[in-house]
Amino acid sequence: MNNTKISAERAAYLESRGRTKKLILAWQVGILVFFVLSWELLAQFRLIDSFILSQPSRIGTTIINMVQYDLMNHVWVTVYETLVGFTLGVITGTCLAVILWWSSFVAKVSEPYLVVLNSLPKIALGPVIIIIVGAGTEAIIFMALAISLIVTVLEMLNGFRHTDSEYIRMASTFGATKGQIFMKVVFPYNIATLFNSLKINIGLSLVGVIAGEFLVSKAGLGYLIVYGGQVFKMDLVMSSVIILAVVAALMYEGVVLMQRVAMRWYNH
Amino acid sequence: MDILKVVNIEQKYQAENGEITALKEISFTVKKGEFISIVGPSGCGKSTLLSIISGILKPTNGEVYVSGERVDGITSHIGYMLQKDNLLDWRTIYKNVLLGLEIRNTKTQENMERAENLLKTYGLYEFRDKYPSQLSGGMRQRVALIRTLAISPDILLLDEAFSALDYQTRLSVTDDVFRILKQEQVTTLMVTHDIPESISMGDKIMILSERPAVIKEILEIDFEMETRTPLTCRKSPKFSQYFNHIWRELSGNE
Repeated sequence: MNNTKISAERAAYLESRGRTKKLILAWQVGILVFFVLSWELLAQFRLIDSFILSQPSRIGTTIINMVQYDLMNHVWVTVYETLVGFTLGVITGTCLAVILWWSSFVAKVSEPYLVVLNSLPKIALGPVIIIIVGAGTEAIIFMALAISLIVTVLEMLNGFRHTDSEYIRMASTFGATKGQIFMKVVFPYNIATLFNSLKINIGLSLVGVIAGEFLVSKAGLGYLIVYGGQVFKMDLVMSSVIILAVVAALMYEGVVLMQRVAMRWYNH
Repeated sequence: MDILKVVNIEQKYQAENGEITALKEISFTVKKGEFISIVGPSGCGKSTLLSIISGILKPTNGEVYVSGERVDGITSHIGYMLQKDNLLDWRTIYKNVLLGLEIRNTKTQENMERAENLLKTYGLYEFRDKYPSQLSGGMRQRVALIRTLAISPDILLLDEAFSALDYQTRLSVTDDVFRILKQEQVTTLMVTHDIPESISMGDKIMILSERPAVIKEILEIDFEMETRTPLTCRKSPKFSQYFNHIWRELSGNE
């Protein structure tokens, strides 16, 4: 290939591609700016009730006030609960999936239970969880675990089962034991599945934590939202929701980053 | 010396709607270093026979002996190569080659050196840190062969090992593989549905019948050549004679 000089067609192609990228970014930013600006203006001219719908400038001041007060503590509580629930969910879920993969008998026996538990909205178990584990952080973490666990089990089990059977056959021609087949073929084959389930789970754990904080909490973003709603401070509610969105996105990106590192390590 | 002895193998399958006899009264012996091609109508149980010899499958009746030892389960004497190369995408070529040794817990310094030497001898050493996706189909199949040879099997079983390759690659890979096997003096049993391939590689050709499969004939192949390779065999005038003979045997029992 000629590196020093590119053809006119190639230059045109590259330029048009660059232009499309810029256009997409411009629209993305534009929509946000338009939305925030019209929200602000509509509130300024009293076309919408900023007491109920809040307004960007008030949200801004609220966030600044919150940062000076104890926002970081609330964020940390929510993040901590989410990460603990997430980690527990992923580890327990993967272990259960391994057991179900290992023994098709156990898998068949537990199938109807998994189906029911999977379709059951786990938030309905909230009161039960609170009574059993107590009204505290444990209950919130448990809620996050309940929401993410079954999905992980099903997702991982599905991945394990769809491992290329020819790979497994090849390993058995060398006399591989079931454990070796799992460690050398099935698990590495499913690294991508694992990360897909991590990506779903980080979101689900956060759902569990917020739902848990709605029910029982003294701190956390879910607590701020509920508290703000109860005392009719919509600025606080909106600010908390926006911060929550940022936190959720950052945690998701964290998983994506982990995936990239792991994939490079495994050359997928 | 007979390295492999197969005695009166019978294989029955139990299905919901009855019993199927796949193999019946299969007995034969193989001498060290021989290359046996196994041909037969599709679905006659050729692959089943290999699975039984490898020890993966337990026959309904009959016994298999390798160097006088009865086969009961997978042994380190036998290497088994499948149609697909099944190289693990996430392992480098070198790590793929070591897989069999890892599974058998025989990853010793000596065996690793042997694997490296095999890679060197067959022109794959410079690709040892590459990943399977970076290699061509023919190279991948050679890597799969080296992975199987790395465990130093006395007998190699090839189950349609080349049929996934395109025709041209296949010709050159069979040529390479043949050379490798003769050089390493590996006794080989190859199942194939490709009659020319069976003739070009085999010292003997075992022709199986329709199900329930019995041995119809074991044909000795002799091209009267000093150093035969699959490609030179294909050019020999005797090639088409053998071809016609096998063709008749496989289709001529109406």
